[in-house]
Amino acid sequence: MSSPACNPQTFAQKALARAAGLEATTVGQIVDARPDIALSHDNSAAIRLIWLRFGRDQVWDAGRMAITLDHAVPAPTTRHALNHAEIRRFVVEQGIDNFFEAGEGICHQVLSEEALVVPGQLILGADSHTPHFGWMGAFGAGVGRSEMAAIWATGELWLQVPEAIEIEIRGELQPWVSAKDLALEIIGRLGADGGLYKSVEFTGEGVGKLPLSERMTLANMMAELGCKSSYLQPDDAVFSYLARGRLQQAAASPRDEALEETAQELERGALYPDPEAPYEQRHCFDAGATEPRVACPHTVDNTVSVGELAHVKVDQAFLGTCTNGRLEDIEIVHRILDGRKIAAGTRLLIVPASRRVLQAAIRKGWIDDLLEAGAVLGTPGCGPCMGNHQGVLAPGEVCISSANRNFQGRMGTREAEIYLASPAVVAASAVAGHIASPAEVLET
Amino acid sequence: MSERGSRVWKYGDDVNTDLLFPGKYTYTLRDPEEIAAHALEDLDPEFATGVRKGDVIVAGRNFGCGSSREQAVTCLVYNGVVAVVAESFARIFYRNAINNGLLAVVCPDAVDSIEAGDSIEIDLEASTIRSPAGELPFAPLAPTLRAILASGGLIAHIQQTLSA
Repeated sequence: MSSPACNPQTFAQKALARAAGLEATTVGQIVDARPDIALSHDNSAAIRLIWLRFGRDQVWDAGRMAITLDHAVPAPTTRHALNHAEIRRFVVEQGIDNFFEAGEGICHQVLSEEALVVPGQLILGADSHTPHFGWMGAFGAGVGRSEMAAIWATGELWLQVPEAIEIEIRGELQPWVSAKDLALEIIGRLGADGGLYKSVEFTGEGVGKLPLSERMTLANMMAELGCKSSYLQPDDAVFSYLARGRLQQAAASPRDEALEETAQELERGALYPDPEAPYEQRHCFDAGATEPRVACPHTVDNTVSVGELAHVKVDQAFLGTCTNGRLEDIEIVHRILDGRKIAAGTRLLIVPASRRVLQAAIRKGWIDDLLEAGAVLGTPGCGPCMGNHQGVLAPGEVCISSANRNFQGRMGTREAEIYLASPAVVAASAVAGHIASPAEVLET
Repeated sequence: MSERGSRVWKYGDDVNTDLLFPGKYTYTLRDPEEIAAHALEDLDPEFATGVRKGDVIVAGRNFGCGSSREQAVTCLVYNGVVAVVAESFARIFYRNAINNGLLAVVCPDAVDSIEAGDSIEIDLEASTIRSPAGELPFAPLAPTLRAILASGGLIAHIQQTLSA
């Protein structure tokens, strides 16, 4: 019984053992982990400059790299354009097939759609929202530029096996309440450093009741809890989605048998925490009791009930980002705007998370309706989330945003205020002209 | 590493990466001088002009939370900051700090004991901060991290390992 393999393990212990080629790991152990995918984006040109210091002609494995242009697309300035041009040259020179051009979408969304990462794998990204891939039961962690350069050179990076927190989800979300509200509830209660360095592992019957888009939002937002990685136990819905993503590269409508076979293969790679895994903390949240929450300036854990903010006038409502720019999020905005007008003096900005999301929304007819209602549409990508372009704010303005960070200065000026909320609250606020719950708008 | 006579800049909890180095500059600025000039501009406009080589930052909880941007660290390094002492660090910032040779010290007692403008000395060998308020011990850094710091950062450390 003294062998570590006999002891119950968390997901993080198992995933890092696999990535390091070990039978098992202990909490606190430092391992040399080999990522299945190394992700970078507009920062790839800067990473390349660091990588050049190794004096090598070739990266360790071009097939395991993925690069997206998403943080400032299309290029808003000549300097941004030069940055993109450097990245394109590097991609060609190194033969990196997993390259996604400006307009393809946000890295976490695109890699999920393409099923480039699958359950049980390790993805390291030069992006702090890499815990996003926990939605499918993969271990995703953010790293810095030097670390990504080191991975490009050597294919590995030291990681410490983190402590883990179990969050059990019970029940099912009420109509017009989303995983964003649940995430804000969790972060508000545990604090912006409540998961510092830790693996946040979601378990319980409530996980399977969350639509996949909501699971993505939940895993993604755990970055704002300070976590190293997050994890939701994967189920058949996850395996089917990813199987479709894998096979659609080869054929537009893959055969049912092929989908089934691929889904089963993905299931075999999935990892689950053991029943008696050594969690440092255990929490339980009731999805059914969750109500719309809003994070007030300037920290994500500064959350209140939406009803407390009716006095806050909104200049810009922003729907988008890796947290909440998916088709289901646009659908919610479309449903709330149905037959209603955007308030005078308020702007609604929609930036789809990917080209596929945008195309699907166009096919549904939603984009036409939203533009008719007065919404402004941006190129798929990160949009104004970190203040680069496409809808930054003026001093004194207020933005209600579906993004993940409301830090002072984040959207271009320190004299603007950013409130974070669900797509439903963003849409309702666009209609009301002040921060509003969906119920308030739908009743009128 | 022992830092003598370091002058303290003091900040609170949750100093995030946007406050350390605004996101709007992340994909355009590469020149160290330019990066240094924007350090902390939305938190403390006097920092970039007033900071001197050898200075340290003392702060509260969750220092460096938010983005993975490495300029949140390098903007301090380029300004001559030699260490950040905090109650706790966000993990990517912590790694970026060590990887760029910036000493990151977890010392919860420092926040209440050390004032802005104090002169302090960080003794890495003894895992102690000497301050006007007395000696403040901190947990020793893991050997892996000390090795990276001793090499002058991650890239140099890996280069040394590969050529060894």
